[in-house]
Amino acid sequence: MITKRIIPCLDVKDGRVVKGVNFAGLADVNDPVALGKFYSDNGADELVFYDITASAEGRRLFTDVLTRVASTIFIPLTVGGGINTLEDFDRVLKCGADKVSVNSGALRDPSLIGKAAKKYGDQCVVLSVDARRVDGQYHVFARGGREDTGRELLDWVRRGVDAGAGEIVLNSIDTDGVRQGFDLEMLDAVCQVAPVPVIASGGAGCIQDFITLFKTLPAVDAGLAASIFHFGQVAIPDLKRQLAEAGINVRL
Amino acid sequence: MVAIVDYGVGNLFSLRSSLAVLGAEAQVTGDPAALAAADRLILPGVGAFGDAADALRQKGLTEPLRRLAGEGKPLLGICLGMQLLFDYSEEYGRHEGLGLIPGHVAPLAPDLPPEQHLKVPHIGWNGLRRRQPAHPLLDGVKEGDCVYFVHSFYAVDCSPSVIATAEYGIEVTAAVARGNVMGTQFHPEKSGAVGLAILRNFCEGKGGAV
Repeated sequence: MITKRIIPCLDVKDGRVVKGVNFAGLADVNDPVALGKFYSDNGADELVFYDITASAEGRRLFTDVLTRVASTIFIPLTVGGGINTLEDFDRVLKCGADKVSVNSGALRDPSLIGKAAKKYGDQCVVLSVDARRVDGQYHVFARGGREDTGRELLDWVRRGVDAGAGEIVLNSIDTDGVRQGFDLEMLDAVCQVAPVPVIASGGAGCIQDFITLFKTLPAVDAGLAASIFHFGQVAIPDLKRQLAEAGINVRL
Repeated sequence: MVAIVDYGVGNLFSLRSSLAVLGAEAQVTGDPAALAAADRLILPGVGAFGDAADALRQKGLTEPLRRLAGEGKPLLGICLGMQLLFDYSEEYGRHEGLGLIPGHVAPLAPDLPPEQHLKVPHIGWNGLRRRQPAHPLLDGVKEGDCVYFVHSFYAVDCSPSVIATAEYGIEVTAAVARGNVMGTQFHPEKSGAVGLAILRNFCEGKGGAV
């Protein structure tokens, strides 16, 4: 039976992981290779590296980092941040990424999804969506959640999947950072319209939040989080053990 | 030396890196003479079956691969590379494969039980069920060990060659072997320690005489 995936997300700036914490046995918590390997050895099912650098020099450092990570870690790697063109896809895929996550770049140019899916396959294109409630509707936000595009969430998801997005990452801005659990209502709405895997993001504060997520919404395929893993509130081996005890199928 | 068959399809970065980590000498090549000189061959692949089969033909690799496999050189197909080992695929029309393992490739969606609402592609980590006795390619792999799948089509009518399956509403062909010709539907180069063990087995000649 297919397992539910647990995915840590690492923000990388100028070639270094932002927000690292001291894990036992990990000398340099800001080293993307060391931290990625730590997570891979400790049960992460996939890793997301998010490039939050703006400069060209930072971009170059990021591809160096990616190359080193992909040479050492043999689980699926997704890369996001600053993906605006097919050349950006090409740049990170050549360095060992398996999937590429598009967000603002696809909002600016929705044809990017279809072009990338045609060239690299649907399985390669992850549509990442930041959304929040505005006047009783779910609106899609761009630029890291700063700009309301006015687009309705479910329309955008349908359009993305039709164009060839192979997975959806839904990040609820309403629950992000609050640590009160995932946005089950918004996720349910997206699962109803998306025939592809849906990855929940935003709001996880403890192990129980993941159990509630997968128990309440069996259609959700994966849970993604950053700080609760990085700051050590939740250790992935504990999380997976407790998910298994709760009857949720995970890779142990 | 392991030759990774280069026919312009797919991302070979992880495969090359995983062989490097295993200490296996590997070369990416589309040159039939280099393939003939290699101890064993890996046929990778992602994308559409028809395009890949055409690419193999255009690069003049279809006949060399058939001949080398026929002469007993160990060959491992990965993902679409495994599918290419079969007689034909029904992916967007009918396309001829290498015909090295009897069977064909069919779409997953119509065969899945509708009441389970399973998604296609079949993406993610799924547990292996090995056929007994366990094939040497799967030495060290335990029942239920998870490997990483990404695919929408699967091999059927190939029961005598199946060495492992994965449960996805139905029994999905996960790994096959017929003499020196082997294949995995999953990506061993993306399947952590379990995947590396399978690649090591292949590189060490388990499951296919050199």
